[in-house]
Amino acid sequence: MTALTPISRTPTSFYVPVVAAAGAFAGLLVGTSQGSSVLGVVVGAALMGVVALLLTQVLGNEKIGRWGLFGLLLIAGIFMAGIPGAIVGALFGWFFGWFTFWLFEGRYRAKLAPYLTPGQVLWHFAFRVICGAIFVFLITPILVVMPLSFNAENFFTFTPEMLRFDPAGYSLKHYRDFLTNSDWQNALRNSILIAPAATVLSVGFGTLAAIGLSQPHVPFRRAIMAILISPMIVPLIISAAGMYFFYSRIGLQGTYFGVVLAHAALGIPFVIITVTATLVGFDRSLTRAAANMGANPVTTFFRVQMPLILPGVISGALFAFITSFDEVVVVLFVGSAGQKTLPWQMFTGLREQISPTILAVATILVAVSIVLLTVVEMLRRRSERLRGMSPG
Amino acid sequence: MSDQTTSGRVLAADGTPLKTSLARALRRQKLRALALIAPLLLFVLITFIAPIADMLFRSVENQIVVETLPQTVSALADWDPESGDTPGEDVYRALAADLKIAAKAKTHTRLGTRLNYELTGASSLFRKSGRQVKKMDLEGDASIKDAFIKIDKDWGKPDIWRTIQTYSPRYTNGYFLNAVDMQKGPDGPEARPENQQIYLMLFGRTLFMSLMITGSCILLGYPVAWILANLPARSANMLMILVLLPFWTSLLVRTSAWKVMLQQQGVINDVLVWLGLVGDDARLVMINNQFGTIVAMTHILLPFMILPMYSVMQTIQPTYLRAAKSLGATNWTAFWRVYFPQSVPGIGAGSILVFILSIGYYITPEIVGGNTGTFISNRIAYHISSSLNWGLAAALGAILLAVVLLLYYAYDKIVGIDNVKLGG
Repeated sequence: MTALTPISRTPTSFYVPVVAAAGAFAGLLVGTSQGSSVLGVVVGAALMGVVALLLTQVLGNEKIGRWGLFGLLLIAGIFMAGIPGAIVGALFGWFFGWFTFWLFEGRYRAKLAPYLTPGQVLWHFAFRVICGAIFVFLITPILVVMPLSFNAENFFTFTPEMLRFDPAGYSLKHYRDFLTNSDWQNALRNSILIAPAATVLSVGFGTLAAIGLSQPHVPFRRAIMAILISPMIVPLIISAAGMYFFYSRIGLQGTYFGVVLAHAALGIPFVIITVTATLVGFDRSLTRAAANMGANPVTTFFRVQMPLILPGVISGALFAFITSFDEVVVVLFVGSAGQKTLPWQMFTGLREQISPTILAVATILVAVSIVLLTVVEMLRRRSERLRGMSPG
Repeated sequence: MSDQTTSGRVLAADGTPLKTSLARALRRQKLRALALIAPLLLFVLITFIAPIADMLFRSVENQIVVETLPQTVSALADWDPESGDTPGEDVYRALAADLKIAAKAKTHTRLGTRLNYELTGASSLFRKSGRQVKKMDLEGDASIKDAFIKIDKDWGKPDIWRTIQTYSPRYTNGYFLNAVDMQKGPDGPEARPENQQIYLMLFGRTLFMSLMITGSCILLGYPVAWILANLPARSANMLMILVLLPFWTSLLVRTSAWKVMLQQQGVINDVLVWLGLVGDDARLVMINNQFGTIVAMTHILLPFMILPMYSVMQTIQPTYLRAAKSLGATNWTAFWRVYFPQSVPGIGAGSILVFILSIGYYITPEIVGGNTGTFISNRIAYHISSSLNWGLAAALGAILLAVVLLLYYAYDKIVGIDNVKLGG
């Protein structure tokens, strides 16, 4: 985005107090952890106010100023609290260097409309900070799990060794446990056996039905759609209860086949939704053109329709896969000990023997979901591009 | 073509009237569509709808009494429970005959368990009587009634007989009455004693906590959806990953992460202690209570709120806000009178989705909920796997299902099922 507003340097009476206020906040954090919050606030405010003044009025050169502050606070951090202190100090140094010049040069105003009042500008940035906090809330729990999985102790929290970045505080032993423990390995094998089978079932039936549903004339379309989507809406505990009662009547409770059927049923709504969404943009005249040139319906389907809706089918399949791979309530009731899946093993682990192996598994699963997310996003973009190309 | 239709019947190429031929083609098209849908429809009906129907059936089914004690039930039909007397000798004789058969098939203990849900002590009464009834001589003249009273004096009280008579029909509303803290009394449904009432409280708590979760999702989701919809596409896509990553991460991973964060020796408490905000001996209790459940579930369900809001907000023109401001509206008026009303459909869609999902949640409350943060679904699971009162579990499930279907209907009316979007 280009600059909307001509920017100019701001007066000392504006940026020095603001930087000092931010310094007071940082001082509050540091001071409280060192024992005196009042002293922290005063020292932080005074220090940062003076630093802002020195950087802009005496030094003047932005690059040298920012690197200098960065290095200075990093060294100060080492003297105060070792490596963790150095990291905190470096972060503060980077932030205050940037913040001072951002305010001093008036850059904060550059991308905003010129007619905004100072109050509106303040609100604009306050809103960004609020949103940032919500994003932190969304992502922190997932990030916290990762370093903890390398814990050398059997604790669910950071040990002092880990905070000192002492190599002795870290180990791969929980990953080793996951790879050697027969409980976890059985669970992994069951998950890998069940999820693809359920995915194949739901994708096979689901794609056919989605094609049927997007024909122009379908009797009882709404009712059929409601039935097919219902596994997604009905609470899992109710599905699990019903399936447990019914499958024990017909002898499927506690069998692989039963679990696969149950998971396939749960995955179907996702396939239906993604594939019908792709078919909305599908140009029907293409199938007519293929028929016109002598292709039979099967050839038309595989050579013309399938390549175009493939992205939708694949992302539906990924949804169905993750539904089964991540499912625990239904398998808890429909399966027996022989069908213990990975999430089930994690669930038992969380309820009974607390072991950080769960965190190692969690980290692996996060990596898997990052891969899946990337694939789905790429497919969605490709599908939109293909749809953009087809006329009408 | 239009001039021909006025003059006479239009014929298709093969000589049939065009109307018939078109109708046939349409019918064939409909049949082909149905044929494509049929396999899946059958599959879902068998693997999913039939189990649900079975569960609904179980919530009213009560065959066990009449099947285990057929003669007793018919002999007991004439007995007047209001009289305060025990039934006559013939009823005891029928009971002895029934119990002899039942004890041989070992079904009497199941009946005892069933009746124990309604009358405490019935289970041990039937187990004891089943053992001793085998020795009873039905041919002799000795009073069978006295023999039963000798086994257990409860047989000489009208309570057990009243219970058997009340639960002798093949279908009962007893489980549903139980699920709303009521029981069958001598004259119609009545409230259970205070100390046995838990289900209405649980339903109330489930609704209250689901509302809290939906509310906090709206509060946290609205700003995020707004900023995603108003940033330039490149930065919005980057930030979208932060929303989609939790959405794609395993539920168990997120729940264990919250356990790690919230517990007393956990990350949040450690940070607070390190900062000196909280004393080491006064660590906050944030898990195994309602607070823990609400925080963890808000985090888990937040993407389901953000995504529908985002797709609605994307369609709102930013020029409307600028127009409102140029006409003299303040920031607040422009937002509240112009932007907010247009974003209401997104809030509605997200709220119903989050509410439906949270009302039936089981895993997260089970792990971080403790005793005070559990939902009705945890009680259903308890009745299926621990107390084995399947009828009550089915009745509780049926009530929950009814609530969810009502919301689903509302969702369909407001948003339309076809418009459900996944992953952005």
